[in-house]
Formats: sequence, C-alpha cells, structure tokens
Amino acid sequence: MTETPTRGPRVGLFATCLMNVFRPNVGFSAVKLLEDAGCTVEVPANQTCCGQPGYNSGDYDAARALARQVIEAFEHYDYIVGPSGSCMATIRHDYPVLFQNDDVWRPRAQALSEKSWELLSFLADVLHAAPADARYDGTVTYHDSCSGLRGLGIKGQPRALLGEVDGLKLKEMEDSEVCCGFGGTFCVKYPEISEKMVEDKVRNILASGADTLVGGDLGCLMNIAGRLKRIHAPVKVFHTAEVLAGLADGPGLAGAAKEAD
Amino acid sequence: MSTSNARDAILGSVRNALRRGPLDDTRRAELDARVPRHTRPAQGEDLVARFIRKFESRAGTTARVASRADVPAAVEAYRAGKGLPARAAVGAALQDLAFPGLEIHHGAAGVSEMLSVSQALAGIAEPGSLMMASGPASPITHNFVPDDHVVVLDAGAIVGHFEEAWAVLRARAEGMPRATNIISGPSRTADVEQTIQLGAHGPRRVHVIIVG
Amino acid sequence: MEIRSKEFKDRAVFAIHDASLQQALGKARGGFVGKRAQQAAELPEFEQLREEAKNTKNHILDHLDHYLERYEAAVTAAGGHVHWARDAEEARKIILDICQRVDAKTVTKGKSMVSEEIGLNEALIDNGMEVIETDLGEYIIQLAHEPPSHIIAPAVHKTKDQVSDLFEAAHGGPRKTEVPDLVNEARMVLRDKYFRADVGITGGNFLVAETGSSIIVTNEGNGDLTQTLAKVHIVTSGIERVVPTLDDATLFLRLLARSATGQETETYTTISTGPRRADDLDGPEEYHVVLVDNGRSKMLAGRFKDMLRCIRCGACMNHCPVYGAVGGHAYGWVYPGPMGSVLTPLIKGLDNAYDLPNACTLNGRCASVCPVKIPLPDLLRELRHMQHQQDLTPVMQKRALKVWRYVATRPKLYHALEQVGARVLSAIARNGSIRRLPLASGWTDVRDLPAPAGRTFLELWQGKRGQK
Ligand code: SF4
Repeated sequence: MTETPTRGPRVGLFATCLMNVFRPNVGFSAVKLLEDAGCTVEVPANQTCCGQPGYNSGDYDAARALARQVIEAFEHYDYIVGPSGSCMATIRHDYPVLFQNDDVWRPRAQALSEKSWELLSFLADVLHAAPADARYDGTVTYHDSCSGLRGLGIKGQPRALLGEVDGLKLKEMEDSEVCCGFGGTFCVKYPEISEKMVEDKVRNILASGADTLVGGDLGCLMNIAGRLKRIHAPVKVFHTAEVLAGLADGPGLAGAAKEAD
Repeated sequence: MSTSNARDAILGSVRNALRRGPLDDTRRAELDARVPRHTRPAQGEDLVARFIRKFESRAGTTARVASRADVPAAVEAYRAGKGLPARAAVGAALQDLAFPGLEIHHGAAGVSEMLSVSQALAGIAEPGSLMMASGPASPITHNFVPDDHVVVLDAGAIVGHFEEAWAVLRARAEGMPRATNIISGPSRTADVEQTIQLGAHGPRRVHVIIVG
Repeated sequence: MEIRSKEFKDRAVFAIHDASLQQALGKARGGFVGKRAQQAAELPEFEQLREEAKNTKNHILDHLDHYLERYEAAVTAAGGHVHWARDAEEARKIILDICQRVDAKTVTKGKSMVSEEIGLNEALIDNGMEVIETDLGEYIIQLAHEPPSHIIAPAVHKTKDQVSDLFEAAHGGPRKTEVPDLVNEARMVLRDKYFRADVGITGGNFLVAETGSSIIVTNEGNGDLTQTLAKVHIVTSGIERVVPTLDDATLFLRLLARSATGQETETYTTISTGPRRADDLDGPEEYHVVLVDNGRSKMLAGRFKDMLRCIRCGACMNHCPVYGAVGGHAYGWVYPGPMGSVLTPLIKGLDNAYDLPNACTLNGRCASVCPVKIPLPDLLRELRHMQHQQDLTPVMQKRALKVWRYVATRPKLYHALEQVGARVLSAIARNGSIRRLPLASGWTDVRDLPAPAGRTFLELWQGKRGQK
C-alpha cells in the first residue's frame, strides 16, 4: 500500500453491513478509488449499521439509536462516504427527519447529512475523478438501484465512470429503473412477490445480452446474483466500484471460485 | 335524516383537524378574492392550426369553410360521404341555416338518431377540443347519442388555453350552462385489453366544420 | 364491499400463479408507463405543474371548510342539492332515500370509486333496483361479480377471452371474439339502459366552488349518457375533491389524463351545474351531490394529510412493481396499489390491512410519478411505525428487531457476530453460493445466497492497515 496523501479530504468510509460480511472486495475497491482521487480514507471501528432496517420496519427508536452511533463515529470527518445508495440515502434524508423534534441531535444529523455521499456520486460530483486506467473486458448492463436513483439522483454518474473503463461495453437493459424485488426485509417477508419481481429483472438482464451486471447496492446485487445463480444464468455480478477500481478480476457475487483475500 | 347534523359534524371535524375554528370574514374575503395563476403550457402555434392538429390526432375529422352559408353544403358532403340517411337532429342554434334535402328537427336526440349537427360555443386550441354549452338551442343528447356528430365551430371562437374558455363561460349573461361538454374526439374505450376502440358509448365519429 | 385485505399474502400468491391474470397485467403495464412518460416529456411544464398542483391542493386542504361551504352555496344557487355523509352507511342511506322517493327501478352508474367505497350497488340491489354499471370496464366486472382491480381501468385484469365468455353468458351470444364486436355489443345493450334509467349516478373528479359544478372526465361518454338521460343525477364524491375555481380545476386536468392513461386529454370533460333548466330539452330534473367524509376529515389532522391530495389517477399503481406482480384484487378492498395501501388501513383500520403497508420495497417509483407529489413510501413507512407502536407487528419480527438493536448498538459484539456469520456461511457454501438455509428460507426458496469470502471487510482492513 502506498502512503496516504496528506492533503485532500479526510473521508470516513461507511462499511455497510452487507459489504462487510459478503463482499469485502467492494470496501477495498472503494478505498482504492477514494485514495486514487486524493482522499485520506479511514474506517472507524465503532460503526455498525445505518439503522435503515429499524426505520423501515417502523421502529423509529431503534433507528435513532443506530443513527446516533453513526453520527458520533463519523461527524469529525470531512465526508462520510459509502458504497450504497440505500444506506447513504438513509443518512442523508432520513436522519434529519428522525431527529426533527430533537434540538440536540437535529443539528448534528443535519451536519452529517450534508457531508454524506454515495461513493460514485462523490467521485463524480464532488471529486470530479475518473477511474485510473481500469480495464474490464466485457459487456456490462447497469441496474439502477431505487434509493440511489430516486433518493440521491444517481443515474448518469456511474454510467459516465463506467464509460471510461477500457474494454468495457455498456448495454442498457429494458426497465433498468424498476425495482429488483429486494427491498430489505421485503424479500423474505414476501418471497413470492419478490421472486416475480427479480424474475422480471433477470429476464431484462438476459435480454440485454450483457455478460456482466453491475450496480451500486449490494442488497439488490445479491438478490439478482442469487436469482441468476438459481436459474444457472451465466451472468457475472459486480458492484460498480469493483469494476472501476480494476478489482473485478475474481469471481462475481455468487460466482464459483472463492475470493482470495 | 340528519344531514344538517352530518354537515356540521364534518365541517367541525375538518376544523378540528386543522386546529382552528371557522375562518373570520377577513380571511374568507381574501380567499374569495384569490386569483389562481397557474402555469399555462406555452403555445407558439396558430390557434386554428393547433386545434386541427390536436383534434385530428385523436381520430376526429375537420373541414374548413369560408362562411356560415357554406355549412349546409359541408354537412351534406359529410352525410353523403358516410352514406347516412338524410335525417338529422340539428341544434336550434343553427336554425338560421336551411338544410335542403335534409329532414331536420330541433328536438332532443332519441335512441335511433344517426346524425346530429351542433354549434360549438368555443374551441380550445391547447388540447384541440370543442366546448359545447347545453341549452334549448343545443341539447346535450346531440353530443352523445347519434353515431355521427357534426359540430360547427367559428374559427374566431377558438381560444388558446382552458382559462380563456372559462372566461367565455363567465361572460355569458345566462351564467353557467347546465352541462358544459368539452369534447376532444369520438368516444373511445381501452377497457378490453388496452385496445383502443372508437364509439364506446358516444359518437363513433366527430366531424368539425370550422367556419372562417 | 367486504374488506379482504387480511388475506393479502394468499391472494398475492394466487394472483402470481394465475396465468391469464399475468397475461393481462403484462399487457397493461408497458402501455401505461410508456405513454405517461411520453406525455410528460412532451409537456416541458409538466414538473412545474406537479409542484403547483401539490401546493394548490395543500392550500385547498388548509381551507377545506371554507371551500366546501362556498361550493355548497353555489350548488344550491344553481338549483342542486348537497348532502353530507359522515360515513359509508350515511351515504348509502341518502342515495337510497333519493332513489326510493322517485320510485327508481333502473339506476345507471358512471365509474365512481366513492360508490365502491361506500358499497352502494349492494344497497340498491338489495332494495329491488336494477343497477347497471356503464363504464365498459365496470360493466365487465359487474357481469363477473368482481370488484374493480384498478381505479381507472377496472377490468384491466381480464383478458379478451374472458370478456367474450362473460358477454356470451350475459347477452346470449353468438359469441364475439374481436374487440370491436365486443365493444359494440356492450354499446347496444347499454344504450337501452340509459334511456330507461330513473337515476344516474356518477362520481366527481372535481367539485368547483366558484360555480357549484361537478366535473367528470371520461373517454367513453358513458358518464354523460348516464347523467343526461336519467331523471335524477346523483354525484358521489369525497369532501377533498373540491377546488376553488375552474382555473384551479384546469391545473389538475392538465395532469390527470397524462398521468392516468398517458393521454393528453381524455375524450370528455364534462362540467355539470345543477338540474335541467326551464327551457332545456334534455338533462336530469334533479341534481344531487353527496359529499362523503368516511375518514377523510380525520386524515387531515396529521401526517396523512398529504394523501388527501390524491386525484385518483392510478399512476402510482401503473408504476408499482408489486401491483404489477399481483394485480389489484390481492389488496382486498376498493383501492389497490400504493395509494390503496395508504388509504385502506386509514379508512378500514390498521389491523384489517397489516400487509398492505409492508408489502412494498419502498422503491419510490410511485412518488416519482404522482402528479400531486404524494410521498407514498414515507406514508407507508409511517403506517408501519403506527403498527409498531400499536403492537400490531408480528411477535417474531418484534423480537428480531429487539435483538438486532441490542447487537447493532454494540459494535464489538456486532463485528464478532458478523465474523462468525461470514465464516459459517462461507464454510457451508458450494460453488460460491448457498442453495438452502433453513433459517432464511424466505431468501433461499427463491434464490441462492451469494457466499461471503470468509473474513469480513473490517477484519481484513484492520489486518492490512493495522488501525486501532
Ligand atoms: S396517489 Fe398520486 S399517483 Fe396515486 S392515484 Fe393518487 S394522485 Fe395518482
């Protein structure tokens, strides 16, 4: 590892639960992209989850408890950046709402909200960074995860960044903006409906002719990758950051060989 | 039935929800004086041309004649072209015109009426629609019962936006018509497998004769 | 109409396996979405209009009592009658009384969601009247003895073949198989009914305080024949449908057809003001409006006030992937899709519709197309919050949330468990994924679980960077 530059913003990396457990490679990709763009990256150890599962289950108290923890862990950084539109939309949009009647925490939530960024929009909109000589040989289709797309306006940025990857051909699928049926606990509470939705998504992916699916949220990607695997469809699945960082050289999500550390 | 109790209860419940009592007279006067200024979609087109383009985009048909005296011939051309019997319900608003060869009446349209001819109050270029006002000289049944509806529209009566059409209604000495029908083409349905089919319940064809 | 929202899960699964329903839904979906997008793209002011529509509705709701009073006075001045109904029962009684007073035998109806909401048809039929739905879609489902499955396309769940069967059974054949013939057959049957009708009942898209008018918007013209040819015209409408002026109605008219069916305008926009005038040749002799509250005024008080902006365009369900998967009947009451998932629990009780707010991925597509910008996902989450507070959440889920909160607020414990999880899952995986996981069958019944790498990111990171 190279020494981290001393100038450039100090970024706290939000290590999402799914990334932490299922896809460490996404974390390392995020670190590489941020450092390449001149950031100093730290990963605070006192972080867990953004609280969204509690919030979306209607347990606002639990969500607030988690939000306070995130605020405390990250508020001294210049930015909090995470490789998930879903978690970052929670921090940006929902934290201030959760504390709207709390004079102590509302300003802190608001302050964190304002410096919270989803990784790709941070790279594109704040740092104006381009991926450094990444290469990916394949035809890629991009799934617009809902929270990133509608919550944070992420649509052009990942496509523009992917467009700069050597060898990569981007091919749009039909209905790329339609939900894949993940929806957090939705996918286990209503598996049949979720199945129908992911089936529609998979059909569009296959119809696009792409050999690789990328996206910005591991929840959606695991759902889609799991379904592709179940029906033995030979489409590789990566987080956009892995492709941009040039770290999509191993197997994709649910891919056959084990990841190397 | 205690509908007046229900009235008070509902209004009370509304005020309760809004956490206030009835509005005072000053506030009410302000609300009554409120003039809405909503965005009107931009139009950069000749009004008649836009009306025709929009109306025809929904399977309506149009013809243009130079003067009102030309209307009977245009009606006759349409009737003959469609092979309709020489009978029509004609709004009394058109009673200044003679329709030679056509058996006409000014009454309401009955279930077996095939053709009607009406005078439009205005045209609205924005969506390309007719505005018909009901009255003794323009019964509503003429607009909906016959298979073929021919409408006479003065080119000068075509306004740009809906708001201008409402101004025409407000300017009428007799006030609001019982029914104001804004008609944008033949009756249609898409209720069977989203397949568009004309002539669901109302006219199968609407033909506008633009005068002037 | 009986509420069956408690059966949501079963009905949803049933719907997913109903081949002809899936065929019908598949046909509908693309059309509505594509046409709406095209209309929105063709009107540069569309987004501006949505914002104005939201603000105007908010203004109306903040002064609802005033505009209702002004509307009532204007209807009365035009010779009509306004009736107020606190709930469904009161509304049914008012309408039944009018029908019985004029000794009605035949009642025709234009499409009215409020009349579905108050269960009107059953009440009239039980009292010996013939009730005929005249909107073609409504007519089809009336023949099928089914409730609507969509608020603007009530028979969207029926295939052409099913319509052929229904018409053959009802009209006595010969069986028609092509759409034009089917539509024509219904046209002929219904014409006769319009002319025989004693009472015609329609909904009201907008009630105009300025003029005392009700406005309906249709493509078929059935609403016009219904109100013109009957002796008595009754309008049923929710109290929130009032607008101050014709100019305000215009704002919503510009959005309604574009959002609903993806048309620039629907074929007929009809403004009805009072009964037939002295020298008129046609039109109803009496004009009544029944203003229905049925839970609306209470909604005005809190977070759900936003929902009262709804203009019933159906765009939210057209764009909802859950609705697209299960159709409208699964929702179990009158209003399906996102707007129904908010309204049903509010009108019929949270405990009667537990699943509706939960069966949603909060993907937000509905809110992104709603012409009056109702934050539907936020309202659904708010209902979940109410369920949580009222202890309606299933016990297992409550427990899981408690455990999750306990662990997630203790980072060391959380990371330790994550490490164990990553190792265990990695160990039981084959070829990169796990096919069956007993405790997570909701996941693995449908899809494989991608396998973790064995060690967590934080673990690896600390190893590499040696932090803390
Ligand atoms: S909630 Fe919005 S999108 Fe849905 S029916 Fe109402 S107005 Fe239309």
